[in-house]
Amino acid sequence: MQTWYVYAILLLPLVGFVLNALFGARLGRAAGWLGTAAVLASFVVSALAFLTGLGGHPASLQTTWFTWVAAGGVAIPFGTLLDPVSLVWALVITGVGGLIHVYSNGYMAEDEGLPRFFAYLNLFVFAMLLLVLASNFLILLIGWAGVGLASYLLIGFWYTRPSAVIAARKAFVVNVVGDLGIMIALFLLIANLGTVTFSGVFGAIAAHHLSPTVIEWTAAMLYLGAMAKSAQFPLHTWLPDAMEGPTPVSALIHAATMVTAGVYLLVRAYPIFHAASIVSGIVLDIGTFTAIFAAVIALTQNDIKRVLAYSTLSQLGYMFMAVGAGLYAAGVFHFLMHAFFKALLFLGAGAVIHAVGGEQDMRKMGGLRKAMPITYLTFLVATLAISGIPPFAGFFSKDMILGELLRSGHTVEWVVGVVTAGLTALYMMRLLYLTFFGEYRGDAHPHEVGPVFTIPLAVLAVLSVVGGFLAIPGGWDVLSRYLGPVLGTYPGGVTSAAVSAPDWGSEVISVAFALGGIALADAMYRRKVLAPSRLRLAFPLFYRLAAHKFYVDEAYDAVVVRPALWLGRVLGDRVDTGIVDGAVRAIATGTVEVGTFFDRLQAGSVRRYTLTLLTGTLLVIAFLALR
Amino acid sequence: MPEIAVIVLSALLFALGGYGAMARKNPLQMFMAIEMMWNAVNLVFIYFAHRFGDVGGQIFVFVVITVAAAEVAIGLGTVVLAFRGREHLDLDELDSLKG
Repeated sequence: MQTWYVYAILLLPLVGFVLNALFGARLGRAAGWLGTAAVLASFVVSALAFLTGLGGHPASLQTTWFTWVAAGGVAIPFGTLLDPVSLVWALVITGVGGLIHVYSNGYMAEDEGLPRFFAYLNLFVFAMLLLVLASNFLILLIGWAGVGLASYLLIGFWYTRPSAVIAARKAFVVNVVGDLGIMIALFLLIANLGTVTFSGVFGAIAAHHLSPTVIEWTAAMLYLGAMAKSAQFPLHTWLPDAMEGPTPVSALIHAATMVTAGVYLLVRAYPIFHAASIVSGIVLDIGTFTAIFAAVIALTQNDIKRVLAYSTLSQLGYMFMAVGAGLYAAGVFHFLMHAFFKALLFLGAGAVIHAVGGEQDMRKMGGLRKAMPITYLTFLVATLAISGIPPFAGFFSKDMILGELLRSGHTVEWVVGVVTAGLTALYMMRLLYLTFFGEYRGDAHPHEVGPVFTIPLAVLAVLSVVGGFLAIPGGWDVLSRYLGPVLGTYPGGVTSAAVSAPDWGSEVISVAFALGGIALADAMYRRKVLAPSRLRLAFPLFYRLAAHKFYVDEAYDAVVVRPALWLGRVLGDRVDTGIVDGAVRAIATGTVEVGTFFDRLQAGSVRRYTLTLLTGTLLVIAFLALR
Repeated sequence: MPEIAVIVLSALLFALGGYGAMARKNPLQMFMAIEMMWNAVNLVFIYFAHRFGDVGGQIFVFVVITVAAAEVAIGLGTVVLAFRGREHLDLDELDSLKG
């Protein structure tokens, strides 16, 4: 691999951002294609790096651009690392991202903020690439904060909508909690090792230079960052609200790439997490809980994008189950497949929303199968893929995780995962039936969308069909082999590949659950032999809880937001105006008092000054004489 | 002349000047009083320069006279400017800078 690859991959989207930010208003609609071209060019270079690197040994390309921080014994380079793991992410960011850019040209065509939109999108792609290409934790943190900023800007893209502004702020605040975690992890590493480069840190851990306590805390703080960015329970509440942003943003940032940054971080820092068994256990458990928790909520939502948002949470739960159990390659595999089918689902939902005139409530959709055949077909593929029906992509990746979990003895997590697979099929088929089947219940005139929409949909649909063949249970496992050089450098990275244990038990059961979910959805929403209201009445309390998202937002409101507001009011009204302002005012009044007193000395009479001067002189003389 | 006489004369002149500087309201008279104080000091300088045979004292008197001339030049200029358009030469009227 050659050095210029990494420069080109990283800087092309930045150039796109700068050009769009400076000249976008003059370019008009062309700004969209400029931004798209920048990302696609970056993808071409990534693909070139992939193709030339895969032939022989997939090398890793470490480049130091310059020394960024040099203070005392700590020197932190601005460096990049292009290796199989970061390249997989770079390919998804620029590839799936490029498709979403193409799609956005259609979706945002009538929006006058189009140049600004593409400037933000390019900025996001640059920041995300910086995140995955960083060769140390500090540069990673820059990208980490950068994607948070881009996410904030894009969620609040329609800044005249109060709900969008609130959602953007919420996303930003929750993400800053995570950023703080990563910063603390950075401080721990600098204090204990004096280095934050990946190779330095991982080498020190392999050589047992860090105490287990420090490792656990570092891992916990890194996980806090991942938890916020990847919306793991209980820091998940910002992601469903983030659906206020334009749909391509939801597809790119809040499904395919940014929310998987947490998975990337855990995979990248696997030597830390491998050594931190307590935190890894927590990662596994919270991932498992998030998976089923979000799936249950998804069942009850009526906003098409919110269902997909909770579905994303649930799938991220699967990825964290994988990395928590040490199945790093499986986590990357599911990330990759999820990027394909979830981007497809969001883009499909965007096409539907576009076609029905901005309506997002599924109760006002229906029957769109006939009006939008291409969208329907691709959406069906994505639904089957996420439901885990063979031979679609989701089957291979999800069942690699579940199978490995069962075989490595995580039985409870496996059971939850399989049940979640059934729920996934249920809520996705519910969405499909409500949207595309039955009679149209809205009042717009739905129509098929143009080729700018359908071409990205078709490409992603093909990927959702064939993507899974990267790893076949009992067959080959291209992905693990490709990632092997990275995951094999330090202990704990390489997991038993799917090849090693051709055991079909887990796969058969989870597919059975998925089919059961589909059958149930079919009975409830297509054949209507089982009214959804009967289930609702059968579990009234549970339904209420799920429909209200288990009152997590309300809990935050009671535990965090309101006490914070109360504290703010006390500090503002009492402490600030009373004590701080009081002290300032006391100083001011005192100064005036003292000034008024000594004012008498400055009466303006020169003769009195002379007298004072003379008296003073005499006093000095007297003092000197009598001493 | 006995030494004590010179010192007493000089002290009297100095005190007289000091009193004049304080008691007068007219800036010109105050200048004259201050001038008297300078010269009281000069007298002592010259006497002791003579007494100890050291010309340093006489040189110092020249310095004092030079400085006094400069001071008068600036002072009179200031007075002319300050009292332009006023009827009386009364320093007590100049109190606009008081605190």
